[in-house]
Amino acid sequence: MKFRALALAAAVSAVGLTSATVSTAAFAQAKEQFFPVLVYRTGAYAANGNPWANGYVDYLKLVNAKGGVNGVKLSFEECEFGYATDRGVECYERLKGKGATVFQPLSTGVTFALTDKAPVDKIPLVTAGYGRSESQDGSVFNWNFPLLGTYWVGADVAIQHIAKQAGGLDKLKGKKIALVYHDSPFGKEPIPLLQERAKLHGFELMLLPVAHPGVEQKATWLQIRQARPDNVLLWGWGVMNSTALKEAQATGFAREKMLGIWWAGAEPDVKDVGAGAKGYAALTLQHSAEPNSKVVKDMLEMVHAKGQGTGPKDEVGSVLYMRGLISSMVAVEGVRKAQERYGKGKVMTGEQVRWGLENLNLDQKTLDGMGFAGVMRPVQTSCLDHMGSSWVRIQTWDGTKWVPGTDWYQADEKLLRGMVLNASRKYAEEKKITPRTPEQCKQ
Amino acid sequence: MLYRENGQFKTTYAADQQIFTIAQDKWFVLGIVAFAFLAVPMLADEYMFRAILIPFLILSLAALGVNLLVGYCGQITLGAGAFMAVGAYAAYNFLIRIDGMPLIGALLLGGLTSAGMGILFGIPSLRVRGLYLAVATLAAQFFCDWAFLRIKWFTNDSSSGSVSVSDLSVFGWVIDSPAEKYLFCLGFIVVFAVIAKNMTRATIGRQWMAIRDMDVAAEVIGIRPMYAKLSAFAVSSFFVGVAGALWGFVHLGSWEPAAFSVDRSFQLLFMVIIGGLGSILGSFVGAAFIVILPIFLNQFLPALGGLLGLHISTAAVSHAELIIFGSLIVFFLIVEPHGLARLWAIAKEKLRLWPFPH
Repeated sequence: MKFRALALAAAVSAVGLTSATVSTAAFAQAKEQFFPVLVYRTGAYAANGNPWANGYVDYLKLVNAKGGVNGVKLSFEECEFGYATDRGVECYERLKGKGATVFQPLSTGVTFALTDKAPVDKIPLVTAGYGRSESQDGSVFNWNFPLLGTYWVGADVAIQHIAKQAGGLDKLKGKKIALVYHDSPFGKEPIPLLQERAKLHGFELMLLPVAHPGVEQKATWLQIRQARPDNVLLWGWGVMNSTALKEAQATGFAREKMLGIWWAGAEPDVKDVGAGAKGYAALTLQHSAEPNSKVVKDMLEMVHAKGQGTGPKDEVGSVLYMRGLISSMVAVEGVRKAQERYGKGKVMTGEQVRWGLENLNLDQKTLDGMGFAGVMRPVQTSCLDHMGSSWVRIQTWDGTKWVPGTDWYQADEKLLRGMVLNASRKYAEEKKITPRTPEQCKQ
Repeated sequence: MLYRENGQFKTTYAADQQIFTIAQDKWFVLGIVAFAFLAVPMLADEYMFRAILIPFLILSLAALGVNLLVGYCGQITLGAGAFMAVGAYAAYNFLIRIDGMPLIGALLLGGLTSAGMGILFGIPSLRVRGLYLAVATLAAQFFCDWAFLRIKWFTNDSSSGSVSVSDLSVFGWVIDSPAEKYLFCLGFIVVFAVIAKNMTRATIGRQWMAIRDMDVAAEVIGIRPMYAKLSAFAVSSFFVGVAGALWGFVHLGSWEPAAFSVDRSFQLLFMVIIGGLGSILGSFVGAAFIVILPIFLNQFLPALGGLLGLHISTAAVSHAELIIFGSLIVFFLIVEPHGLARLWAIAKEKLRLWPFPH
């Protein structure tokens, strides 16, 4: 009886409190540029989500420590969604109401879900190194910015690298390349480009999907052992990567013949495997682990030394930390660029930030000045190209750390452009979008 | 004092067979529906609509469907997520492959396809029951996950496997604002809830309950188990399928099979168990509990921490959310094994006897 009364009271008070918190959700907009941070610090992908989120938030703190963007301080709020699409959409709705002007969901699934919402809400969607590949075409995808690289760029460079090792693109004929991929939009993105390349060069493409979260890969690697592909491309995220490497070790597939996407090339992916992953190579989204770069030293000095660091100190400069940091940097630079046009020292709106991101021009001098010397190459976006750069390096795990290679690759512009335009025109037709003309772009 | 049926005499059979025999109940429910239709669109903001109310309504509909099967007919299913997926993908295919297909037509055809799948996967229920049936329906889940990931035709050859729907409109009414989407879903829920309530009061519902309570006895008194069980699977899958189509079309807009994973099946089953098996109200209460409580905890805990001057990290909030949510489920199941709806029924009993409850 008492128990029941208690239960009822709990239920009633819960309902009351819900309405109380929900009403505070419509926050007053402060004189600060607000950055929503969608993170996954828990769940199956936390090991990889954490350093990214720490880097992202730390960079915002660093900008504040340096005086903000022309005096405008940056504020931020995290929202945990555990890599689940529906919770990610909830986070988006929640933080949107607080004055968000740029979103970076770090999930291809969430990106797909938000692509239709962004134009309605007038908030740009920055997906540095993930998301829809065809959203590079900014004349159709006004609000999507797959800055620095898409999965088609990754797939293209991966084939180029394999060809280079084999001694030329013509040597690919008759080879067998297996793609071990996370069975989600993320993992499926590279397939069209790989199929195109397979047709061009006459290699055989084996598609081997791995179900979320990727801890069960025995069958996949048995297939690899039977079919003996010449190379394996690993398109994994989170625990799937270390599992794949362990399975490769167990089945005796040479790690030197494995090449991972940039999301499969960070410390959490290989640390558990250690020496077993030696020789495994992965693409980089320009940067690798950069503990000696100037921006990292600034970070340690101006943020971590003051006890403001978000994560542990020894993580600063690691691959995913840098990825988060750079993602944050391009968004902040978008705001800075927008301020140049719409008024320095003002808080920008989503539409203004969109203009800033579309006219981003980070040349080597600017990047070096910000402390990204040796970390990044120039990025220049335009209306037709929302990606801005397609530079990729290859890094190799030597058993204890990632060693970046010296060669820089770029995606084959001709091949990529054709595929992007095809896909984006198809999307525009489906959604009845009229692509912007060059004249409209200038506005 | 207020809640008492004294003086309400029923003089016709029709009056005796009303859904709500007590006037207060009737006015209360009508009041809630009127409030939901008229007042909520004016009061709620975009966040409320998009993140809370729309998912709540759609999952309530799905839970209602599951409740018809599990709560009323006693057939445990772990395939609800799969039937949602069938509804969503079938509706999508009807919409894009048939020119001029109206939105509601596509949604209902999605539901019908799902009903067909429900009958197919309900066939094992004629031989196996209980936990074994749960495992058999799990096959539906895995089969659909596989089919929508692998068979390109279902996703219209989309390279990423993700499909999307936009420009929803019904008879020239363009549904794009959150309030309109909410009203569209609400319309569906109200109609389907009335249908479900009436079904459970009619012959078919009584057959389901007889099967649930003791199938041998039901057979002896002349109920055909095959017809009763398969009709329960069909109706349940139809509801769940329409909910799945709404989930894809209205809530997500663009989705992949992961939106209807086995987690969704478990979530729906928990909704009806916590809300109350064999209760229409229970489906709504259970959906509210499972959908709203985690989001509420996620926002309430940092606010509480702020009040006490503590900063709780995002990860800690998320862990605490799971811990509290889990313990509340256990707590409610101990306090009231018959679900939250039962608490409401008890409250009504007490109100009748008030001020001398015993």
